[in-house]
Amino acid sequence: MLKILKYSFYDLMRSRWSYIYFAFYLLLGFVLFFLNNDISKAVITLLNVIIVLTPLIGTIFGVMYYYSSREFTELLLAQPLKRSTIFIGQYLGVSLSLSLSLVIGLGIPFVAYGVTRSSAIWDFTSLLITGSFLTFIFVALAYNIALSFNDKIKGFGFAILLWLFMAVVYDGVILLLMMNFRDYPLDKFALFSMMFNPIDLSRVLILLKLDISALLGYTGAVFQKFFGTSRGMLVSMLVLGLWVVLPVWRILRLSGKKDF
Amino acid sequence: MVIIKDLYKRFGSVKVLQGLDLTIDEPGIFAILGPNGSGKTTLIKSILGMVIPQKGDISIDGHHVLGQWDYRNKISYMPQIANFPQNLRVIELINMIKNLRQETRLDQPLIQMFGLTPFLDKRLGNLSGGTRQKVNIVLTFMFDSPLIILDEPTTGLDPVALIYLKQLIQQEKERGKTLLITTHIMNLVEEIADRVVFLLDGNIYFNGTVKALEEQTGQSNLERAIAEILKKEYEA
Repeated sequence: MLKILKYSFYDLMRSRWSYIYFAFYLLLGFVLFFLNNDISKAVITLLNVIIVLTPLIGTIFGVMYYYSSREFTELLLAQPLKRSTIFIGQYLGVSLSLSLSLVIGLGIPFVAYGVTRSSAIWDFTSLLITGSFLTFIFVALAYNIALSFNDKIKGFGFAILLWLFMAVVYDGVILLLMMNFRDYPLDKFALFSMMFNPIDLSRVLILLKLDISALLGYTGAVFQKFFGTSRGMLVSMLVLGLWVVLPVWRILRLSGKKDF
Repeated sequence: MVIIKDLYKRFGSVKVLQGLDLTIDEPGIFAILGPNGSGKTTLIKSILGMVIPQKGDISIDGHHVLGQWDYRNKISYMPQIANFPQNLRVIELINMIKNLRQETRLDQPLIQMFGLTPFLDKRLGNLSGGTRQKVNIVLTFMFDSPLIILDEPTTGLDPVALIYLKQLIQQEKERGKTLLITTHIMNLVEEIADRVVFLLDGNIYFNGTVKALEEQTGQSNLERAIAEILKKEYEA
């Protein structure tokens, strides 16, 4: 599996898009840290960017990589390799290279700004961890979609729809439901609805870490009240972990049954 | 060596293989023939585990291979259309496959034979179809596998390369290997094949020597014999 991971990783690292993605974070990091005196404000801006962008890039790269490496995959399938090895290797290759672009791209400006002297280091670290989580989650979801559709256009379409749903539509629907049913106790519902959207979950996780209750919003406030800050973070981490494990498990199942 | 029992495969509503039985227990060259869509490639891909049959059993050297993977060490496979990763260089591809399977020195004489040395640093996406097919041949014959499967190996090859390919095939046969070849070029079959396996409607219509097929259909050469079978099929 390590060999496959290595090949996929290098393959992506050589592509122009990885550099652009990396350069974007580098630039964003420098601009935010050096043109902004308040580092916690910079972290919040980063939060908003990361929470929308990492899922989008993860989704697009995941789908794109699957379809463009189909020939490579077929070549590998005729070799003495397990199917799970091939697909998990590719999945990890994509996820790792994207996460690395994020972590290094933002890490360099942060280090240049002065890590150890800053109290924001843990806030910043949790931001990078969440961003990496989101990357792993959305690449896995994208692979699920790509494995289900042989047609490239359909695959792309569904992947973008998924992102749009999770990043934009989901919150709107939940808000609408809560407005309409505001006469009922909705705490549990709000709590539950958040678990089903990794983007919401990550947002709350970071905001809990930053301890900015004003930005938590309704669901976040319920979450904090229900679990408390430290237990809340633990729970959201666990659920994010589940969001990685379940789609990966489904990648294994789908790829094991597919004809090439 | 290869035993296939009662193999069923359908894609959606299209039934491709319908209870196919095939035993290949001797070394030599087996030509797998049949009209378009008769299931040749599906059969080959089932043996390789790339297509997963709904029912049936495949064993190689006495081991059940469905769902397994390490048996592919014994197989060299040359796919029908040489689709390789576009942005990989030829030498990188060869080294990658070596790295994934095992070290081999057999690639050097093959590269020389097909005159691929000037192309080693070119990206696969920039190569012509014929050159890519030559790379495909190198990748297939550079390992010493007892079972060699060639799917339409002659596509896009120039006459010289074709002669070399036939030499390679004969050479492997003399080493006591089993070769499965699908092709639509009957001259090639008459020239090299020891046995013919003729697929029709997802089943084996005929399995025997070229001579036996000609006698059975009462025709003087293989092309006509095949045409005779297919004519009945078209009329039916």
